[in-house]
Amino acid sequence: MTDTVQRPTASLTRKDFVSNQEVRWCPGCGDYSILAQMQKVLPELGIPREKIVFISGIGCSSRFPYYMNTYGIHSIHGRAPTLATGLACVHPDLSIWVVTGDGDGLSIGGNHLLHCLRRNVDINILLFNNRIYGLTKGQYSPTSRPGHKTKSSPMGTIEQSFNSLSVALGAEGTFVARAVDVHTKQLAYVLKRAAEHKGTSFVEICQTCIVFNPHEWDYVTDADVKDDSTLMLEHGQPMIFGKNHDKGIRLNGLKPEVVSLGSGVTEANLLVHDEFAEDPTLAHLLSRMGPPNFPTPVGIFRCVEKPTYSELMLGQVEEMTRQRGAGDLVKLYRQADIWVVNEASEGNGR
Amino acid sequence: MSDLVGVVPSPGKQPVDSILEEVDTVAVRFAGDSGDGMQLTGTQFTNASAVLGNDVSTLPDFPAEIRAPAGTLAGVSGFQVSISSHDIYTPGDAPQVLVAMNPAALKANLPDLEPEGTIIVNSDNFTPPNLKKAGYDSNPVEDDSLRGHQVIAVPISTLNRNALEDIEGLSNKEKDRCQNFFALGLTFWMYDRTLDTTLKWIQEKFERRPEVAEANARALKAGYHYGETTEAFRHRCRVPRMTVQPGTYRKLTGNEAMALGLVTAARRAGQTLFYGSYPITPASDILHELAAMKNFDVRTFQAEDEIAAMGAVIGAAFGGAFAVTGTSGPGICLKSEAMNLAVALELPMVIIDVQRGGPSTGLPTKTEQTDLLQVMFGRNGESPMPVLAPCAPADCFTMAIEAFRLAVRAMHPVVVLSDGYLANSSEPWRIPDPEELPAIEVRHRTDPEGFFPYIRDEETLARPWVLPGTPGLEHRIGGLGKQDVTGYVSYDPQDHEHMVKIQAEKVARLANAIPEQPVFGPEKGDLLVVGWGSTFGAIRSAVMDAQSAGKSVAHAHIRYLNPFPRNLGEVLSRYRQVLVAEMNLGQLAMLLNVRYARRVTQLNKVQGRPFKIAEILRKINEIVR
Repeated sequence: MTDTVQRPTASLTRKDFVSNQEVRWCPGCGDYSILAQMQKVLPELGIPREKIVFISGIGCSSRFPYYMNTYGIHSIHGRAPTLATGLACVHPDLSIWVVTGDGDGLSIGGNHLLHCLRRNVDINILLFNNRIYGLTKGQYSPTSRPGHKTKSSPMGTIEQSFNSLSVALGAEGTFVARAVDVHTKQLAYVLKRAAEHKGTSFVEICQTCIVFNPHEWDYVTDADVKDDSTLMLEHGQPMIFGKNHDKGIRLNGLKPEVVSLGSGVTEANLLVHDEFAEDPTLAHLLSRMGPPNFPTPVGIFRCVEKPTYSELMLGQVEEMTRQRGAGDLVKLYRQADIWVVNEASEGNGR
Repeated sequence: MSDLVGVVPSPGKQPVDSILEEVDTVAVRFAGDSGDGMQLTGTQFTNASAVLGNDVSTLPDFPAEIRAPAGTLAGVSGFQVSISSHDIYTPGDAPQVLVAMNPAALKANLPDLEPEGTIIVNSDNFTPPNLKKAGYDSNPVEDDSLRGHQVIAVPISTLNRNALEDIEGLSNKEKDRCQNFFALGLTFWMYDRTLDTTLKWIQEKFERRPEVAEANARALKAGYHYGETTEAFRHRCRVPRMTVQPGTYRKLTGNEAMALGLVTAARRAGQTLFYGSYPITPASDILHELAAMKNFDVRTFQAEDEIAAMGAVIGAAFGGAFAVTGTSGPGICLKSEAMNLAVALELPMVIIDVQRGGPSTGLPTKTEQTDLLQVMFGRNGESPMPVLAPCAPADCFTMAIEAFRLAVRAMHPVVVLSDGYLANSSEPWRIPDPEELPAIEVRHRTDPEGFFPYIRDEETLARPWVLPGTPGLEHRIGGLGKQDVTGYVSYDPQDHEHMVKIQAEKVARLANAIPEQPVFGPEKGDLLVVGWGSTFGAIRSAVMDAQSAGKSVAHAHIRYLNPFPRNLGEVLSRYRQVLVAEMNLGQLAMLLNVRYARRVTQLNKVQGRPFKIAEILRKINEIVR
């Protein structure tokens, strides 16, 4: 490995992360906002630019690496987590970002996503969820709502959709969060937290496909309704939402319920968010919330510390080296029954 | 090779009661239920012989099921070993001795035995239920059906139980598990092998269970002494040491050799070795071997599937490691997409395909050479792939290092085609001095001046290998069509064609970096027998036999299948006829035909088993009368 020169990063600005490639998403695509926030957040992280790698699969979101002036690979459909895993195993010092979508990450690459999360590989996965296939022009995706009419489902889909956060939590994700493309401040905060987390960070970004599914996220983006239909998660705070901060989430047995504050219900009755809870039950409960009966939680659902895959892998390398000493090929070749043939050995070879 | 030509009685060396005959080569097959420990028995016989200075060659043959129903034909596991006082290249066409632990083992292996070969059976297992399971109407040991063979019926179970009677702390079932060592002891006596190697192994293996060690050691000795004291075994053989290059030797299988070669390549280059793999027969042993070498900075990754293994290898190669995956044909199918990405990204890595019988799941534990065209062409687009093929178990060591040398030189993935036979069979290996092995020079560019990701070396056309973390060289690569030099995404027709051609040219230029094709035998003549991979031993032996009979026959074994050695066309043209022998329906023949417009005769076998020497010799004799 070459030694890299640590350069001061304070001087980096958004412009340092803009590549010379023309951005080719559709005008009005939510991806622009995510790209802008990413380029804004990276200089604030204190990570040298050369230590950052973006890896993607296939889909609209997967063009992302071309637009970032960092190291990057635009790989193949669904496989970005596998490349990221291999890279993290041999280069644990890098800041590795996987950019994927609902089709890339949850359909063709679903298996890799699960196993990457379970291993807690130290990478950040940004899943742009627009609940549609955009690059192939408008077929339903694994997160499309049941009944969604698309080019490939003219009578509505007959499939149950994936809840991407429930999937991530079920796969033992140690950092699971949700952000919205146009809520730039909150998005920037979540991206920053994802970068800081050691282990796999999974961020679902509600992203609008302006062409094939333009109104999917209206209820969390429209100024008129968003405050009533989203719940901003804050660690240690009671779960309050609504334009007038007058609604909350209370636990009734094993079920959450929406309650109005006042008339006997106080903040003390409400669920308090704990993103560091070791047990994922609360995070899972939150992941199930959404329309029509609940607000959509946004923010950090779960953030727990566990050893990362490369830490454990390198730990075993060190442990075996400690036990047996640094590898010696001469000795290795002789780890078997050996015999010596001298010059004078008898025989009748031909 | 395997017949008893050149038997030299050696007077004065006989023990009191028996005749000790000196033979130059003998092949023994051990067969029993897959739970009977036949692989271990064969391995111990091999090790003892190798340590005594014989050349050895082995062929394990086991069912895909770990424990198929006991006593059935499906559950028979066999291990053939040939030992010799001279160089041998195969485990022998037909064993002279068959040790059959039950009726099914006898039935499954009898057709392979030499016409007058010796059969040793465990008569205790020839019970009516076992005979029925094997499909015998009557006991072949007692009726006349084994006429012509020397049949020695030994009540191994009973004798073994008796020998272990007073060992305490072991159940009868555990004692019965030592039966294979009783049989092994018997064969040690028959072939005048010392028990020392196996006794030492037993002590080490069962260090923590002294009663098990004692039982196995006693069973081994009991078998040996049974031979000594029984009239049935008056005839013994001795295979003298062979003359070989002085040095220190060990025995190794193809999979062991592959693992050692990979770790050697990485160590000699001072790089981390990353092995990403998904378990698959017959390649898994490479993963097992490497997982135990972590102190060589080996990082093994058992992926969730074949695709992930390949993807992780690409990621690791991007990170500058010596990255490898190992699989078999069905795994290559799944990896093809990512292998194609590796071609487009132009990153160095090694893909090992330990071929097995196909198509689909096929014959997981049997051998075949049917993936050549798959690895050459089984990807979308123009996707050139260098392909190497070791020709013997120990050659896997050499070719693993070669694969990395070429991959790094061209900045391109390289495929190594092994097969189930090479993977599991073993031969002696003269242990090299690692310092004398070629060191692979790796250069990671750090100079930003004039850098572009696809700027090419004039000689090799390789692009620079830049490690992420290098300041000023940040760049993006991808599977989309691109412009040469800059690597920018481009759908321009001229850019695309240029890229396709330059990648093809880059792989073609590897011919400048590989040895010329050597030929064994006359420089020109009537017939050139051409092969690749694990058929080396059978072809070489058959060609030697034909040469001894005065025929003008030569052998060219191609270890570099893409690109071919630069003199190959000229070599083919020097012989009146070319015979291509391969374990498929003619895949190399097709490539030679297309590349050199050379009409070739084919000898093909697709039975999941290696060629026999006699099969090739017969074909040679048909062509050259």
